[in-house]
Amino acid sequence: MIDRAQVQKVAFLARLELDEQEEERFTRQLQSILGYIEELQTLDTKGVAPTTRAIEVNNIARTDDLQPFENREGILDNAPARMEDFFRVPRIME
Amino acid sequence: MTSIAELSRQILNKERSAVEVAQSYLEVAQQRDAQVHAFLHFLPEQALAQARAVDAKIAAGESVGALAGVPLGIKDNMCMTGILTTCASKILEHYRPPYTATAIRRLNEAGAVLIGKTNLDEFAMGSSTENSAYGPSRNPWDLGRVPGGSSGGSAAAVAARQVLGSLGSDTGGSIRQPAAFCGIVGLKPTYGLVSRYGLIAFASSLDQIGPFALTVEDSALLLQAVAGYDPLDSTSLKVEIPDYRKSLIPDLKGLRVGVVKEFLGEGTEPAVAAAFAKALEVLTELGATVKEVSCPRFAYGLSTYYIIATSEASANLARYDGVKYGLRAEHAESLAPMYSKTREQGFGPEVKRRIMLGTYALSSGYYDAYYLKAQKVRTLIKEDYLNAFQSVDVLIGPTTPTTAFAFGEKVDDPLSMYLSDICTIPLNLAGVAGISIPCGFDSKGLPIGLQIMANALEEPKMFRTAYAYEQATEWHKRVPDFS
Repeated sequence: MIDRAQVQKVAFLARLELDEQEEERFTRQLQSILGYIEELQTLDTKGVAPTTRAIEVNNIARTDDLQPFENREGILDNAPARMEDFFRVPRIME
Repeated sequence: MTSIAELSRQILNKERSAVEVAQSYLEVAQQRDAQVHAFLHFLPEQALAQARAVDAKIAAGESVGALAGVPLGIKDNMCMTGILTTCASKILEHYRPPYTATAIRRLNEAGAVLIGKTNLDEFAMGSSTENSAYGPSRNPWDLGRVPGGSSGGSAAAVAARQVLGSLGSDTGGSIRQPAAFCGIVGLKPTYGLVSRYGLIAFASSLDQIGPFALTVEDSALLLQAVAGYDPLDSTSLKVEIPDYRKSLIPDLKGLRVGVVKEFLGEGTEPAVAAAFAKALEVLTELGATVKEVSCPRFAYGLSTYYIIATSEASANLARYDGVKYGLRAEHAESLAPMYSKTREQGFGPEVKRRIMLGTYALSSGYYDAYYLKAQKVRTLIKEDYLNAFQSVDVLIGPTTPTTAFAFGEKVDDPLSMYLSDICTIPLNLAGVAGISIPCGFDSKGLPIGLQIMANALEEPKMFRTAYAYEQATEWHKRVPDFS
């Protein structure tokens, strides 16, 4: 069953900076949800193929034609920090 | 009662102008929203421009679409170029998409007048709209109760007659459950029937756009307008779309109806069970043969759903990192803390909880036990549907085990909130179609919903059943008095 240390690890994987209270609450709530979900283990699924899509549509391909997107400015205008035609980000190297 | 069919006829015959209709709906909608809070933002300028264009076309004798001048609401998780699209999240508070969803483009082409963006649970995760970062919507039948969710704003707006129809999205019941709670018609089409292009993703293998309306006919008109193949959505189905109005016939002779035993479990309120039993009598009188069927693996639907939906959500929501759009946390000294601070500040508790659950289910060492296991059980749930549809044309059950609950009643207990979707979830896992229509009221005057389910692309059978039942009953004619 999930414990506080695992919650911290999962939060790191999900890039969520949880505070102490959230850690405590999520540990409790995820334990309860995972406890409920445990019922799946009682069902025999030996030899059952997994379903990844509701309706089978596989290998959708299209011709590799260039389709320019007209609203380039509309994309760049949404940037929290834009510099000319670039997205600015904080320092990447520590 | 004004319907979409009736209003578009009046506008086409120049009995009313689209501009006059738009102005009147905008005024009433904004006034009623002080109580209902169905909308996150209104679009008066765009709506009036759309209405003027419709009037100009009619004046010039040009052809207009089937929804000419019809006022509609759009769930605020569908993109419109340059118009705020927030998903009811702080992380997208100022987001103005650079493109328009295919379903919205089709409504525009049909002449519809979009008067506003409606409220939802943040990123469509929830069953009550209490997870909206901008405050919940209220149920027009009882302002102290939730309208359901996640498309609660779209449902409340139609129930309060702020619009004649709306679009929502349904991942585990997010159209049908609020339709039931608000006493209106809500439809989740077959997966792939309506393009998801421009629908902000929650769980991509389950998400599907569908309409809310006051009548089954209106619901068919709206689906007709938005359904169809779209090369911009790789899961869009390349199929011929039938004329749904042809399925609207008021008898059920020869129709085989299956009652899903598992949808009448111990959590079903007596009033809901009684209304459902009465509905069965009506269907029988209309000529249908009714029998009980069992779908034993539906019992595992909720568990399966909460692994698959959260896993997909954890991947889909990884894009909110403060780089290209949306919120960015200030004062982060470098990139990695900027990501985690942005996501901590921008997401609400339920979204974080689901990202956590999905990340856990997909993480190394747990994948087989959770995600892969859930995908296998999904196969079994789908088999239950296919088996049932071998001997019946449609399946039915209550849409929800209870009527609308009060604010705050389930908010601290995620699992009990999830359980309100127990009858709607299996359908999304199988990708088949379902509709909720009004079938009664409990002693508190709260609406009860009847869910009618049909196999993939069998919407005509679903419409036929829903229409015949509706025409034989009066439930859809009741109007909430919330003022």
